[in-house]
Formats: sequence, C-alpha cells, structure tokens
Amino acid sequence: MSKIVLQTENLGKSFTLHLQGGATMPVLAGVDLSLASGECVVLSGPSGAGKSTLMRSLYGNYRVGHGHVRIRHRDAWVDFATADPRKILEVRQETLGYVSQFLRVVPRVPTLDIVAEPLIARGAPREAALARARSLLFRLNLPERLHSLPPATFSGGEQQRVNLARGFIGGHPILLLDEPTASLDATNRDAVVGLVAEAKATGTAILGIVHDAPTRDAIADRLFLLSPVQAAA
Amino acid sequence: MTVPLLEAHELDLRFGAIRALDRVNLSLWPGEVLAIVGESGSGKSSLLHVLSGQGAPDAGRVLYRDPAGAQHDVHAMPAPHLRALHRSDWGFVHQNPRDALRMTVSAGGNVGERLMAQGARHYGDIREIATDWLRQVEIDPSRIDDLPRTFSGGMLQRLQIARTLATHPRLVFMDEPTGGLDVSVQARLLDLIRSLVSRLGLAVLLVTHDIAVARLLAGRIIVMRRGQVVETGLTDQVLDDPQHPYTQLLVSSVLQA
Repeated sequence: MSKIVLQTENLGKSFTLHLQGGATMPVLAGVDLSLASGECVVLSGPSGAGKSTLMRSLYGNYRVGHGHVRIRHRDAWVDFATADPRKILEVRQETLGYVSQFLRVVPRVPTLDIVAEPLIARGAPREAALARARSLLFRLNLPERLHSLPPATFSGGEQQRVNLARGFIGGHPILLLDEPTASLDATNRDAVVGLVAEAKATGTAILGIVHDAPTRDAIADRLFLLSPVQAAA
Repeated sequence: MTVPLLEAHELDLRFGAIRALDRVNLSLWPGEVLAIVGESGSGKSSLLHVLSGQGAPDAGRVLYRDPAGAQHDVHAMPAPHLRALHRSDWGFVHQNPRDALRMTVSAGGNVGERLMAQGARHYGDIREIATDWLRQVEIDPSRIDDLPRTFSGGMLQRLQIARTLATHPRLVFMDEPTGGLDVSVQARLLDLIRSLVSRLGLAVLLVTHDIAVARLLAGRIIVMRRGQVVETGLTDQVLDDPQHPYTQLLVSSVLQA
C-alpha cells in the first residue's frame, strides 16, 4: 500500500549572492528524506533550519544544488536535479501539488476560477471543476458572496483558504503544504485537518511545514527534523 | 508533442560594433509560453525580429516545423511562402496596436481582413466570425462597425489580439503586449491572454521587460543581456532562485507594489 513517492538523496542547497560580493550561504546539506503514499510528514526544526528552502527545492521552485530530488511520476522516477523544465511543469500539473503561504494570481480573476484552474488544467470539464471549487470553498467556510470576487482585497486568512482550496482541488498524489494554517482560526484549522485526513485516506502523500502545535499533532504521522547547516569558515 | 515547433541555432547579429545577438539558441514547443526578458538594448526585440523572419541574422538558423511535420529554414524560405506563414500559422501582437491595425477600417473589417487573406470569401461567415472574436476579447459586438480610432488603448490591444487569433495561428509572437497600458487594463489583458493561450493551445514567444508579466504567463523564461542568453529555465525557478549575477540584479530591482 504505502510506497515511496518522493525521495531526496544527499540534498544540498546554498545560495550565492552575487550582489553581496559573491557571498555563499549554505542552507541545506545531506538531506535524506522519503515520503510514502498515504502518510503525512511534518518538517520540524528551528527557524532558519531550511524548512522552506527544502520545500521549494522539492517543488522545483529552487534549483537542486547537490544530490537528488526524485518524484514518482507516471510510474517512473523524475529527478528534479536533471529534469527538463517542461518535465517539471508536467509533474506539477499531474503529480505534485503545492500550497504556498501567499497567493500569487492574475489580478481581477474571480476566486472560483482561481480555485478551479488546476482541475481544469488536469482535463476536468469546466462545470464539474467549478462545482468542486464551490464545495471546497464552502468546506473552508468562505462565504458565497466572495466566490465571484478576485481575492486581492480578501483578508490574509481568506486568501489562505483560497490557496488551500486551489491546492487540494487537483487531487495530486503528492501535496506540499507550506504553513497552511498560519493565519486561520480554530474552526478553519479543523477544516484543514479534515481535508488532510481525507487526502491521506485516498493515498495522497503530504509533506508540510506546520507551526501550530494542535494542527501538527492532528495531521503528522511523523516529524522530519532539519538542523541548521554550519557555515563553513 | 515531443518535437519543437520553432528552433533557433547559434544566432548572431551585429549592428556595427554592437552584438545584438550573440550565439543565441532556443526551442519552443507546441502549447507553451516562453518569455524573453531583459532590459532595453538586451537584444530581446532583435531576437523576436529574427525569429519571426522579419530580419535575417548574420549567422545561425531558425527552423519552423509545419503542421505536416516538415522543417523549414525561416530565412531561406521564398518571401511569398514566409508571408503566407504570417497570414496563417503565425500571428504577431505588437506593443503598439496601431502598427498592426488599419485605423481607417472598421473593427470587424480589421478582423475580417486577416480571414479574407486566408481565403474566406462569404461576407456573412466573416462577419459572424468577427463578431464572435470581438466577444471573445470582451469588445461589445455592437462596436463592430466602429473605427478603431474611437477605441481606448486597451480595446485597441484586444482588437489586435482578435485580429491575430481569428485565423487560428499555432504560434504567436508577442512584443510587450501589455506595455503602455494602465495597470487595470493590463490586468484584464493578462487574464485574457492567459485564458486564450490555454484554451487554444497556442505556442507563444513573449518579449517583455516586465518580469511580473513573464511570471504570470510563461512556463519557461530566457534572460538576455547584451545579446546573450545569460540564464534560462522554469520561470518561477529562474525568478526565485536566480543564478546569474545579472538575473539577480534584474529580480532585485523590481519595485514591490
């Protein structure tokens, strides 16, 4: 049942800041992480340990510095360290979903369309995708009068729920959650816990950064500890 | 599809001592949006000029694959053949819509003209298609007989897009399509371009100096400086984790709204 769907091998990442005299900042070194279908792993470690950097490296948003990031896609492994950009886009469309902390969308597009888009991109009929978007937004307690408005003027918590609905709608086999509950109240945190539990039950592998302890305890099967890399002198 | 629609190999172009293009290579696949970014003078407009066959490079080749799968050297093609390509398989969206539109011909006429150039003759059909396209670009079809000079800047740009897409091109070149527009008009146009591109499965080569536009529209990006490609890859990866000093400078120079 539970097979590995995401794996890193000796993953390292450092940033070279050319505008600051070429200073190099090591952030990740020797990360070996694996994630199986149907489980939820939460990254832990102090601020600055590289949790967000790891997350972004897994999504291909940051280039793999050293080592490998392998994603199970169409019954084969895709290594983001060497994959063609177009392959990474295909993996994101079909296999790997991501809920970021911030919503980044075309201005003036209604919320319902923003949420439905990943499902339409995966080939679902528009009406069915919109219906699914509506039901997800209701589950996350976003009032109907907001569905037809663009989210630019929404509160932080409302935008985050739009982002969550957009992340969960695709039904991707692997889902990365970057602080999905940071600006939510208790009711909405519970809704997120429910969504995660359902996704796990259908075999979705979930990796998250979750700072609030009740949510973390409710969703995590295990924790993965990251320690800050010691800067080489 | 696994083969590129358009390929450029080792393009060189000089204007006197200036190297406008310095060994530029790129490929564009069907259905993808590729952004070419860089500041003024980086060579991005020269590149679009050469890729679309409007200007010849000093060295290098541009290859276009037709629907039957045959490859054609864009600069070795007979001129009538290239013109036919621009009327049918290709489209070009200019920054200034006045460069593409005929300002003394009605809005419907502007759309219909390209259809007629492709062989459409039945007036009623042409008018029907033109009406449909005006609707698709969110221009009230009751404006079909109005002259473009009565249109706002944003409407003119949408009319240009309707004119370009009416013939169902497979490949569209866009040169700063949202430049020179108010931000509110720009947002609406971005949304329109995005939905048309995905619905019609267009391949787009998009030249822009605005990296926010590139981020919203393009899957892949090419960063140019002084005629050279300094960085290329997945759009969000290049913009969020830039490797080249110039890309880092470009990204860090953007004003936050």
